[in-house]
Amino acid sequence: MDISTKNPEEAPPPTPEPSTAERKRTARGATRPGDRIFLGISRGSGILLLVIMAAIAVFLTYRASLAISKDHANFLTTFEWNTGLVPPKFGIAVLAFGTVVSSIIAMVIAVPIAVAIALFTTHYAPRRLRGPVSYVIDLLAAVPSIVYGLWGALILVPHMIGLFGWLNDYFGWTGIFSWEEGAPRSMLTVGILLAIMILPIITNVSREVFRQAPQMIEEAALALGATRWEVIRMAVIPFGRSGVISASMLGLGRALGETMAVATVLSPDFIIHASLLNPGGGTFAQNIASKFSEATPFGRDALIASGLVLFVITLLVNGAARLIIARRAEYSGANA
Amino acid sequence: MSNAAVADKPVSTLQGATLPKWSPYAIAGGSIVVAVLIGLLGSLDSKIQWGLIAAILFVVGTYVIAARVEGSRQAKDRIATSLVWVAFLLAVVPLVSLLWTTIARGVKVLDIYFLTHSMGVVGDTEPGGGIYHAIIGSLEQVGLATLIGAPIGVLTAIYLVEYGQGKLSKAITFFVDVMTGIPSIVAGLFILSLMLMWDMQPFGFAGSCALAILMMPVVVRSTEEMLKLVPNELREASLALGIPKWRTILKVVLPTAIGGITTGIMLSVARIAGETAPVLLLVFGNPFINNDPFHGAQASLPLYIYQQFAQSAGSGAAYDRAWAASLTLIAFVMILNLVARGIARWKAPKTGR
Repeated sequence: MDISTKNPEEAPPPTPEPSTAERKRTARGATRPGDRIFLGISRGSGILLLVIMAAIAVFLTYRASLAISKDHANFLTTFEWNTGLVPPKFGIAVLAFGTVVSSIIAMVIAVPIAVAIALFTTHYAPRRLRGPVSYVIDLLAAVPSIVYGLWGALILVPHMIGLFGWLNDYFGWTGIFSWEEGAPRSMLTVGILLAIMILPIITNVSREVFRQAPQMIEEAALALGATRWEVIRMAVIPFGRSGVISASMLGLGRALGETMAVATVLSPDFIIHASLLNPGGGTFAQNIASKFSEATPFGRDALIASGLVLFVITLLVNGAARLIIARRAEYSGANA
Repeated sequence: MSNAAVADKPVSTLQGATLPKWSPYAIAGGSIVVAVLIGLLGSLDSKIQWGLIAAILFVVGTYVIAARVEGSRQAKDRIATSLVWVAFLLAVVPLVSLLWTTIARGVKVLDIYFLTHSMGVVGDTEPGGGIYHAIIGSLEQVGLATLIGAPIGVLTAIYLVEYGQGKLSKAITFFVDVMTGIPSIVAGLFILSLMLMWDMQPFGFAGSCALAILMMPVVVRSTEEMLKLVPNELREASLALGIPKWRTILKVVLPTAIGGITTGIMLSVARIAGETAPVLLLVFGNPFINNDPFHGAQASLPLYIYQQFAQSAGSGAAYDRAWAASLTLIAFVMILNLVARGIARWKAPKTGR
């Protein structure tokens, strides 16, 4: 029919001379060719997204299976990454450990601070400060990760020496905080940098939750003589708990997959260090980025195999976060 | 909000003793002075330690004084207030430090020469050279990614908002949400596994494909939000005039939401412009100018920063270039952000409030 009637000067209403049969159909809805084509295109795009997700899983699994089938060591528990050996031996034990440890450090630091900042913007900041504070957090989110990496490696790392010495002096006996005078390119530094990087997303999502906390209950609590902190503890935080949990998991997803900031800051090796302060270890993403340029085709398949593990982990974390958040459909971290 | 006023309520007979309004400032001043004294006497050379000591003194001092004068509930409230302020200031410190170092070190070599020359004949550790090739690469890769990602994202959002009911749209919504969390390096590995199938060498467009994958879910989400803001009355009025649904969407719904959609697309462009990992895997980097994104390795700004940092063995000239490129990249991203927010404010859909 008339897909060509796109020129704006034409009056929009009825199509030129519809036969009675056509008029019946148009009254019912999406049976006009224009409608069908448009619906087809837009539904096609949606399906394309699903196909891409499926293709990611399929292709990564296929390339990974090529590599793992030739691995002469247990892929999950091996502490080395030698794809060039004649029976190749490689495993993800160190990478999985490093990824989890750095992300946990990042979460431990970032979640309380992010929740506090979210409360600051919703309940504490003077009214005229609220806009600028949100803007500062958005600025933190807008800085590209490679710039964080450069800043982390050249500015943050030298500044960590003092903290590391102090931790070693007073908490070195625990084992996790002992330090043998190397450059502080270690898991703790990585964790701190990751914490700065995931702060904005946790803050933004938590802020949206806290903003939705029922005003009536807060006012009732205030009227009963509660202090501001008691209002937050009794009315705001219980309301926002599930939102904060899913916000944290979104942040965790970011921390798990962060590549460049880790690759620039960490000095990697394939040993699991008990101390968070001694340089070494590695993460999935960092290992892929640093090993890639020298990798043989087989080595690339092995890196894809480790990437598949990372993909599955982030999929699970994000899926769980989204399931929690799905109960409150109004906000999402996509724009954070 | 009402609770801000409560803290400043004038003293009345119904209330216990309260600290005067200037007391937080006085405690803050006092703790800074004590911290500086401790710092000088203990010869602590790190100013960060001075700040930390001051912060701890402030929190403890507030608690002790408030607990004595006002009682423990008010003291807890004051502690929470100061901790929340400390958290906010803690977040500002890295941001200020990052922006300050980037600007201070970036302006050293950032000039017209730097923007218009490549690294073609300059060794990694020598001074000189520039980022022209990287800017070209970034613009082409991000541009192509936007050409692929933005239409697919917008159309998907249209499907979800205007047509979507049932299982398919639920599945799409869920996987779009999950897709926002895909690490960029995984998107890079996916395209890499495709390239390995056909034994292809790195080229710019491969990077664009990975960036498009990262961009799509962000565009879908922001477009969805905007389309949901379009009042239903507009759609109903248009449909009541007998206009087909597809023309209603194109001529009524999209123009109403176009400001927000543009904002969303620009924010997602700003995000993918800073992505390094997929570009590292797929485009590989190239010190020479390559204007053709479909053949041969290219450079890109984030990748250039990484390579200047990683391949220079600590050379000052390379670090200067890395900072200058960072400044360029941050400026580009910030300008995109600012313009996007400007458009959002200027063209915000009139929701009839």
